[in-house]
Amino acid sequence: MPSSWRLQSKTWLPKGFEMSTTKDKYKKVAYYPGCALEGTGHAYNRSTKAVGKKLGLDLVEVENWNCCGAMEVKNIDPKIQTYLSSRVMSTAANEMDMDVVMAPCNGCYHNLKKAEYDLANDDESVAVVDKLSQKAGHKTYESGQVETIHALDWIKDTIGEEGLKARVKNSLEGIKVANYYGCMYTRPRHIFPEKDQGPGSESTSKPHFMDDLLAAAGAENVDFPLKTACCGGAHTLSDSDTSTKLVLNILKAAKMSGADVIATECPTCHSGLEMHQIRAEKVFGEKVEMKILYFTQLLGMALGLKPRKVGVHENVSDSIQFLKEKGLA
Amino acid sequence: MRPLAELEAIFDAPMQDGDVQASARNLLAASEEVLEHWITAHGHEPTNDTREGFRLLALHRQGTTGDPSFNACRETCREIAYYFNLITMQPENSDITDRLYMMGMVSRHLYLFISGKLQVAELGEFCCSSRPIRSKPGHDSTTHKEA
Repeated sequence: MPSSWRLQSKTWLPKGFEMSTTKDKYKKVAYYPGCALEGTGHAYNRSTKAVGKKLGLDLVEVENWNCCGAMEVKNIDPKIQTYLSSRVMSTAANEMDMDVVMAPCNGCYHNLKKAEYDLANDDESVAVVDKLSQKAGHKTYESGQVETIHALDWIKDTIGEEGLKARVKNSLEGIKVANYYGCMYTRPRHIFPEKDQGPGSESTSKPHFMDDLLAAAGAENVDFPLKTACCGGAHTLSDSDTSTKLVLNILKAAKMSGADVIATECPTCHSGLEMHQIRAEKVFGEKVEMKILYFTQLLGMALGLKPRKVGVHENVSDSIQFLKEKGLA
Repeated sequence: MRPLAELEAIFDAPMQDGDVQASARNLLAASEEVLEHWITAHGHEPTNDTREGFRLLALHRQGTTGDPSFNACRETCREIAYYFNLITMQPENSDITDRLYMMGMVSRHLYLFISGKLQVAELGEFCCSSRPIRSKPGHDSTTHKEA
């Protein structure tokens, strides 16, 4: 890794990247659902697609996409993860002629951003990716060919709060939401050059895009101090009890904040909050009844979609009665 | 530095003798001790410096050195400092007891995160800014066959 790596980290922007105020190019994006959205996070996949359709945004799924390298590969060999993520971006850029990749999963989003950073700043990563791309028989991804965004950026920058307000059919009024962003949406800060750029940009220390969108749909956001705290997701297999205790603490803090619902934007966090809520009762005898919904599910219902259309029935926590009481089901 | 189990009991029941201010100070001190455990376990002497008026934030900074995944509890530490300020600077606020209990929950999260990391450190890092298991000089990512 070059010695200038750290010096570059605060001011780094990928080649060809421009800070822009008009994000019309986000209206048609290469959609990278990732593995989780085909499994435990299927409701997130369903609701993201449904919301996109309702808002007139175009999602074109990345052809023959592969795993981003997730945490497992990254922890064994980070350059293999860089290659795997680069292949997804290469496919979007070189085979689909797209310049924006939208990844709703925090893990995928984080990994593609990390790969982008590595390829702009680390010659060794560039060499490994080039060699493996040639072995695999596809064009090598070059830093700056695509811009990777999250589903929150996608809706916030194309439709925005005012656009959402104008489209709301069933206000989320009366629903108190604790917005939970998890750890990978903002960390580490240096791989997200577009964040912390002042008004209008996302903050890595106090993220607010989900708060902004749900408030525009009528929800009341509560003051929730653990919005970026660790949910123990990656420890689920190696140390389940710690994961359960971390989740239990998040659930209790949300309850104490006055929240009816925790809104999520990451399939790992979402399934962790749901499954460990059940485990907490079984293992520790502590019952906290908290509804967990993806932000896309809440937005979809605000836009007039039925709960089934946004996959509420696929969630583990049962929100239907609550949604009926709020006039959303 | 009190044992971790003793600190956990403080986070579980943060109110002491009905004195909110003293309880907040005790929570802050206990949170600092949790960070001291992490730093000591890594062979360093915990700092007595402060950052932005808090030793807690200086300790977090020290704990992060050489271990970027530790940044995952940065905002948690800052929230503890925020709630401490709320409690000590607005002692007449009607929500002060709720604020103390919330500070207790945030402190407890710090405790769970760090004690969890201490337990599984030997498994490698599985975190948002993780340190790779294979980072030895000379390793070739394009040729190895096994994990």
